[in-house]
Amino acid sequence: MPKDSGIGAPSKRREDVRFLTGAGNYTDDINVAGQKYVVFLRSSVAHGNLNKVDTAAAAAMPGVVHIFTGDDFAEIGGLPCGWQIHSRDGEPMAEPPHPVLARGKVRHVGDPIAAVVADSVEQARDAAEAIELDIEELPAVVDMTDAISGNAAQVHEEAPNNLCYDWGFVEENRDATMEAFEGAHHVTTLELINNRLVANPMEPRVCIGDFNAPSGESTLYTTSQNPHVIRLLMGAFVLGIPEHKLRVIAPDVGGGFGAKIYHYAEEALCTFAAKTLKMPVKWTCDRSEAFISDAQGRDHKTKIELALDADGKFLAIRTETLANMGAYLSTFAPAVPTWLHGTLMAGTYTTPLIYCNVKAVFTNTLPVDAYRGAGRPEATYQLERVIDVAAREMGIDPVEIRRRNFIPADAYPYQTPVAVAYDTGDYHGTMDKLVEVADFAGFSARREASKAKGKLRGLGICSYIEACGIAPSALVGQLGARAGLFESCTVRVNAAGGVVVMTGSHSHGQGHETTFPQVVSEMLGMPEEMIEIVHGDTGRGPMGMGTYGSRSIAVGGAAMVRATEKIIAKATRIAAHLMEASHEDVEFKDGMFSVAGTDKQVDFGSVALSAYVPHNYPLETLEPGLEETAFYDPSNFTYPAGAYACEVEVDEDTGVVEIASFAAADDFGNIINPMIVDGQVHGGIGQGIGQALLENCVYDESGQLASGSFMDYAMPRADDLPMYTVDHSSITPCTHNPLGVKGCGEAGAIGSPPAVINAVVDALQSGGHNVTHLDMPASPDRVWAAIQAAK
Amino acid sequence: MPTVSMTVNGKSVSGEVEGRTLLVQFLRDHLSLTGTHVGCDTGQCGACVVNVNGDSMKSCNMLAASADGAEVKTIEGMANDDGSLGVIQQAFQDNHGLQCGFCTPGMVMTADDLLARNPNPSEVEIREYLEGNLCRCTGYHNIVKSIQAASAAMTAGE
Amino acid sequence: MYNFDYVKASSVADATAALGGDAQAISGGQTLIPTLKARLGQPSSLVDLSGVAEMSGITAGDGSVTIGGAVTHHAVSESGDVPASVAALAAGIGDPAVRHRGTIGGSVANNDPSACYPSACLGLGATIHTSGGDVAADDYFQGMFDTALGEGQIVTGVTFPTPAKANYQKFVQPASRFALVGVFVSQMADGYVRVAVTGASESGVFRWSDAETALAGNFSADVVPAAPSADGMIADLHGSAAYRAHLISVMTKRAVAAC
Repeated sequence: MPKDSGIGAPSKRREDVRFLTGAGNYTDDINVAGQKYVVFLRSSVAHGNLNKVDTAAAAAMPGVVHIFTGDDFAEIGGLPCGWQIHSRDGEPMAEPPHPVLARGKVRHVGDPIAAVVADSVEQARDAAEAIELDIEELPAVVDMTDAISGNAAQVHEEAPNNLCYDWGFVEENRDATMEAFEGAHHVTTLELINNRLVANPMEPRVCIGDFNAPSGESTLYTTSQNPHVIRLLMGAFVLGIPEHKLRVIAPDVGGGFGAKIYHYAEEALCTFAAKTLKMPVKWTCDRSEAFISDAQGRDHKTKIELALDADGKFLAIRTETLANMGAYLSTFAPAVPTWLHGTLMAGTYTTPLIYCNVKAVFTNTLPVDAYRGAGRPEATYQLERVIDVAAREMGIDPVEIRRRNFIPADAYPYQTPVAVAYDTGDYHGTMDKLVEVADFAGFSARREASKAKGKLRGLGICSYIEACGIAPSALVGQLGARAGLFESCTVRVNAAGGVVVMTGSHSHGQGHETTFPQVVSEMLGMPEEMIEIVHGDTGRGPMGMGTYGSRSIAVGGAAMVRATEKIIAKATRIAAHLMEASHEDVEFKDGMFSVAGTDKQVDFGSVALSAYVPHNYPLETLEPGLEETAFYDPSNFTYPAGAYACEVEVDEDTGVVEIASFAAADDFGNIINPMIVDGQVHGGIGQGIGQALLENCVYDESGQLASGSFMDYAMPRADDLPMYTVDHSSITPCTHNPLGVKGCGEAGAIGSPPAVINAVVDALQSGGHNVTHLDMPASPDRVWAAIQAAK
Repeated sequence: MPTVSMTVNGKSVSGEVEGRTLLVQFLRDHLSLTGTHVGCDTGQCGACVVNVNGDSMKSCNMLAASADGAEVKTIEGMANDDGSLGVIQQAFQDNHGLQCGFCTPGMVMTADDLLARNPNPSEVEIREYLEGNLCRCTGYHNIVKSIQAASAAMTAGE
Repeated sequence: MYNFDYVKASSVADATAALGGDAQAISGGQTLIPTLKARLGQPSSLVDLSGVAEMSGITAGDGSVTIGGAVTHHAVSESGDVPASVAALAAGIGDPAVRHRGTIGGSVANNDPSACYPSACLGLGATIHTSGGDVAADDYFQGMFDTALGEGQIVTGVTFPTPAKANYQKFVQPASRFALVGVFVSQMADGYVRVAVTGASESGVFRWSDAETALAGNFSADVVPAAPSADGMIADLHGSAAYRAHLISVMTKRAVAAC
């Protein structure tokens, strides 16, 4: 029987009530009295000299309050990059300026040039159209190979040959890795593309800047995954507003998937405009604008080589990757192809030697940054694809070749050759579970049934690992992070016993308002309804780092546990006083303090009341009140892992691929709310299948975005996707956080793309089509073309 | 400016609008019914779906003026009279049919329309009826389950 | 959107009187409104045809059916009076909310090269009723977004002859769900065969005469020719010209087989 509350219970989400009744409070639902409206004039060309921005006629148009241009920000900072990578030669990466509004040059379609503030959106739009621009169009560089060829246009003067950095990892292993290839029994080589994606949370971004002149306080309402980080970056590095005069509020946020992590120009503009004009201003992005202003994801070109011995044991891996940064460095962009990517190249295997070379490249395209999984999907995709190709070349079953190379269950902690050390795992265990839940035994019968319908059926698998809860701060600092990666929590017990938990994590669909109380409820022995979560407002909680990289429960949850432990420790002392006992003799269980071996007891509520009405209280040794804060900095990443299986049916006549089934066997460590974990995995798989079969962000040669709306960017729909079989009963608890949790937000998006493509290739091979690889998305035209090319 | 009048969630409302005012703008800006969302500008995402004279429609793809005289139902009108969640809403909560909640109003309104026409839809029929509603969070699995559960609850309740 | 005056027409005469100049007709608006949102048009007024009574019904005739221009895709899909092939085509346009609003008149007037209805009109030899008179479908569609409609004219309805056999096969573009290639095949009682293709050609909907000739002799999927020439086919990120040409043959075979 599942529990009905606390840790492990499928508690229903309390936030759903407001979302289901239209009572959510998303940023666009907020209107500040007297607000004006902001419209951005954006570049329609990918690359050009911005010779003139003449706002005179536009400024005189009806309703126009003011027009900002790049000149207004000449003395103000640009958007900062939060991570510095060093190249193989020790030099720091090229880090060109990222202005709030373009000056002198425009570098991608959508680069903001001017911001019109007017009484209405349509008036602002009218005026934006009336701004006179003189842009001398320059040749654009879109393809990464072209960009570093020496013959391409320069995106930035500060980045010769459009190179941001040339990173090698692990540099010390380079020679040994190359040597291992020399003598290998078999080498499999694969060149592949990890397609550029658009995150497309369903809620487009919105910012409202407000300014209180008497107090000098700026407030920014924004669709962000991490309001504290925005306050720090924007306040300290862009606008020079001290944190005590800047409040950032991210209310209900309609999905993020990475795209709402970063500090964007529009946030700085709205905050700056409100302060300058002393009036609230609001910017609401529409979807077309989102396609040319949100940071995009993935976009790697990789050559991977795998060296094997005669038994199919992996001897070494080497990779060469080009990673697209786009036109500017977005907040965490440099970290994605490096520390979030190279460190994952061991996967779930014992490969002793690994060397990755990553060149990050500037192009005249939208900035690229983390998108659900961020570096880990790119690593997993190339690894799990090359293993499948190697298995086929060597005539070894794809499950078997993986099993021969899995890190054994008794090898933990396991030091990989790529810096990270896995604390726990059981990859044979998740593969065993997958074989069972995906019914591998029945596959050949299903393949025959598909054949009878005229379809080719394929089975593809993947064994993934990811690293979540990126940490510890001291380490990431050495790796180039310019931020800490702790999380914070304040637990406030009110006098009448209710509890408010203020977390630095942010929920934009993950259900923190439900899962976090489950943990505190279990610890304090009180109903979940007595516990309220506050998040998303820098004015109502301690400095936190926000939600990304599947870190909320592993890091934010751990901070909450630590703060709650402090509450229990203090409450125990108060209880001891009330019961006239030594605190060492007091036990706390199910919300009740008792003295061992006696019938003395006092409930948690009475202790809370005493803390605020300290009539009978040890004031000489203990402060009144019951409120504690903890900052938690993890000692290691967490390493969720699992095995996925996808079955597809391919129509040879049209190239259409249909997902016939999808099964996931994950190890997320301990589970707080299995219902929510299922939902996270479903969503991740949906996005992963989207990447594998549908989604593709495409620029033409001139840098125009060809897939600039939902009319051309294929979002997965209900009838594209199947029901998923999801199992997370394989549990090896994390050893270094108090909840033993690992994080589940990105797994689905990491493990599914290779499973899908492996299945498509398997299907084609079963039909006699000698297709070794095809790039994502495996859209019908590509599958059909691959079949024709193999003829 | 023309005046439009309509019945929204059982209440008569009217207001002055421009020719270009969309129904969703009238609902959100004039009536403060912000449960109806705008997720795209090409009529693809369905976050703005409301019911107009018995049919689901995209309120961002319809002029307010053309809804003059219409009966409009939005997500704010889906709860029971006592304020408790309606059958479809409850099914979405019970089956974790939403995460960030942004697409949810459109999903619920489309489900309402589907179940009014087809009280016992198959999984395939549900998925096809959701063709005009995008969700980026759930992978649709639990949305389909929610609608199946709502269908079962409605059938049982009859 | 640029602002415009909104005019609700109650009759065809009413509508045509209000049209002309920079005024534009709006029916369901499912394509027009997104276009206006992108500021790709600046009509002085929009004349709403959705309330025009004489354009609102479906009328079964002797060997034909006439669908009013303001009839929604949903209404067509539910109608027992229209050929099953046309009802099925209507049921596959857009999504339910779009079908509740979008109309046959709007679709035929717009003549999007990827729209479904033009293939039914051409594939059945329909008559397009316009405020300027009746036009045979063969003469009406004149290329991408181009029709025989004159200035200020509207589509008031479409009359479809009843076929002996007909079927529409749509291969969807995965993002927009418009037709990447759609093929409407029909055979009349007298044996006359039409094969109309939408989505594929840079010239808009067209009749595939080689397939018509082959099928006229033997109405069987086996005789459908291999892919037509890819010259003049649309090439974009969803499919090459060769792929579209190939799909024309595949979809035609499937349509014939399903007849």
